[in-house]
Amino acid sequence: MIQTLQQPTAAATVTTTDETLVEIRGLEKHFALSGDFLEQLRFQRGKLVRRQEFVHAINGVDIDVKRGEALCVVGESGCGKSTVARMVMGLLSPTRGEIRYAGERIDHLSPRQLLPYRRRMQMIFQNPYASLNPRMTIQQTLEEPLRFHHPDWSRERIRQQVAEVMASVGIDPEWGKRFGHEFSGGQRQRIAIARALAVDPEFIVADEPISALDVSIQAQVLNLMMDAQESRQLTYLFITHDLAVVEHFGTRVVVMYLGRVCEVAETHTLFSQPRHPYTQALLSAIPRLEDDRPEYIRLSGEVPTPVNLPSGCVFHGRCPHANERCRREVPRAIPIGHGAQVACHAVEEGRL
Amino acid sequence: MALLEVSHLDVRFALRQGEVRALRDVSFTLDRGERLGIVGESGAGKSVAAFTILNLIAKPGYIAGGSILFEGRDLTRLKPRALQNIRGNQISMIFQDPMMTLNPVLTVGEQMIECLKAHRRIRSREAREIALNKLRQVYIPSPEKRLDQYPHELSGGMRQRIIIAIALLLDPDIIVADEPTTALDVTIQAEIMSLLLELCEKHNVALILITHDLGVVSQVTQRTLVMYAGRVIEQGPTREIINDAQHPYTQGLINALPQMASPGSRLNQIPGAMPPLAKTPPGCAFHPRCGFSTDAAGQRRRDCREDVPAFVTSGNCHVACHMVRELVERDPVEPGEAS
Repeated sequence: MIQTLQQPTAAATVTTTDETLVEIRGLEKHFALSGDFLEQLRFQRGKLVRRQEFVHAINGVDIDVKRGEALCVVGESGCGKSTVARMVMGLLSPTRGEIRYAGERIDHLSPRQLLPYRRRMQMIFQNPYASLNPRMTIQQTLEEPLRFHHPDWSRERIRQQVAEVMASVGIDPEWGKRFGHEFSGGQRQRIAIARALAVDPEFIVADEPISALDVSIQAQVLNLMMDAQESRQLTYLFITHDLAVVEHFGTRVVVMYLGRVCEVAETHTLFSQPRHPYTQALLSAIPRLEDDRPEYIRLSGEVPTPVNLPSGCVFHGRCPHANERCRREVPRAIPIGHGAQVACHAVEEGRL
Repeated sequence: MALLEVSHLDVRFALRQGEVRALRDVSFTLDRGERLGIVGESGAGKSVAAFTILNLIAKPGYIAGGSILFEGRDLTRLKPRALQNIRGNQISMIFQDPMMTLNPVLTVGEQMIECLKAHRRIRSREAREIALNKLRQVYIPSPEKRLDQYPHELSGGMRQRIIIAIALLLDPDIIVADEPTTALDVTIQAEIMSLLLELCEKHNVALILITHDLGVVSQVTQRTLVMYAGRVIEQGPTREIINDAQHPYTQGLINALPQMASPGSRLNQIPGAMPPLAKTPPGCAFHPRCGFSTDAAGQRRRDCREDVPAFVTSGNCHVACHMVRELVERDPVEPGEAS
């Protein structure tokens, strides 16, 4: 039988503190579309002009990740959620804005200066078929980050640490001699998680870690990630498009649309009382098992291209509540109680 | 008589390493206007089932046995020419990736007109008129303009709408949709699904929907087929399967969904993974992962290990499971009576 969703129990397994571990302020990222200097030159009415075009992937994002929480970032493809994850990890450098890790600014550090932080933060990627080196055995894959970050460790110590990690994520020590291609998707993702945990990080960025997996395997990997969070006091930045997973896994949720944050709220609040019109539409679109699902909110049109951003609120073209002000003015995030924030003129004005 | 009657379908792939059996003894029927869902994980054989219906299985695959009766004709025995008359005309197909399905070097209009002309003797102008009409039916804004555009100029949701329009072009009796929304975002998915549902109802088209998403199946289909390792393991009315699944695998699949557990608690996972088709265990293919296949002494039951379970009827569902058979034999449920 279908059970109705239960309220979150008081026995929350992981304690979230108020300490901010990662602080993202005014983050922007533009990708150049028009190539090199010479490719940007055009002849227009007899004159040589230089034209540059950008994909505005991230346009002013503020996010706080608190120590011990699982912060989920949701949104549809092209909303910039993966770009945020990659910038936090230092895999991309921001065009503007700051990223602070435990109070220290990290976004402008050189790769060498970033090293000590890299040990504290690790990443799990979406596709476990692509993220494991096909020419390395599992043992080598798991030893590599340890050798890199702990050059002073003895071979014996590294082997010990790898054995511990393997045991903690349920990898058979026998797997060590085998190669990535010999494993199924779920097993590979388990190995990728083990690799991330090998250096004993405190912060993990997971970019769609279960999207490529089958339903029954998704549950295994999510359970593994929740166990690891509990036993190692991990903090997660979890990027996904799957709202059912967010509802289950997340402490707080950030909803993104076209490179901006629409709404931030605790998971339970967001799912019971979504405020932003986009969040409402997104939640109504989840395919549910129940018969009596809420009426699906049909959005007109599709996500605009991030090359020419709409003026004002980026969502105004599809929003049923948009008015003149929405078309003109970019909404700022306003607090709406319980630590939740919404960037919407209609909510601010009390129209919604 | 059912519109489509698939019985004891057996599909194999002759590979160098040996023969792989992709479908084993798959039987189901589809009535006019009925919507049937086929669910299962990757490798369960659901896409092979879809391709087989249109006899699209390419070498090294072949149909080793069974029949597909469509309006009394066996599609497995038809000549290629006769098959072409049915494909796209009476049975059409929607594939997963809209970018792969559309021809990138032809405009939308050219592809639609080409399809119409292949099946009907028709003037270009008439064909264009029909194409326009179909685009309107799938709510494409400014359809005249879209006809002259190339697929790459359109968004993913728009492309999938055009594919639906092409699938409907010749007013088919059956649409086979293989994961039609997997490549799309959740809001677009909801839109495409409600569109597909609306059109099937309006034109009384039967739909075979292949998906791994139980939520989608539960919202769109009337009957559901659950597949595991090339076999159908459970079939029945969708609501009954979702609310009261009988087969341990179906139960596990539904219970593993995050929405079935309270937030933050452990999910009910099924241990292990589906075996590759070349290594399907004997007996019930699910027994190594099944929580019910052990007896009181903790040993795997002999029947689960050795005998392929036959279908038993429980309520309105047909289930292939030794454990369910025992339960039904001990405590018979009248067919039609909701359990």
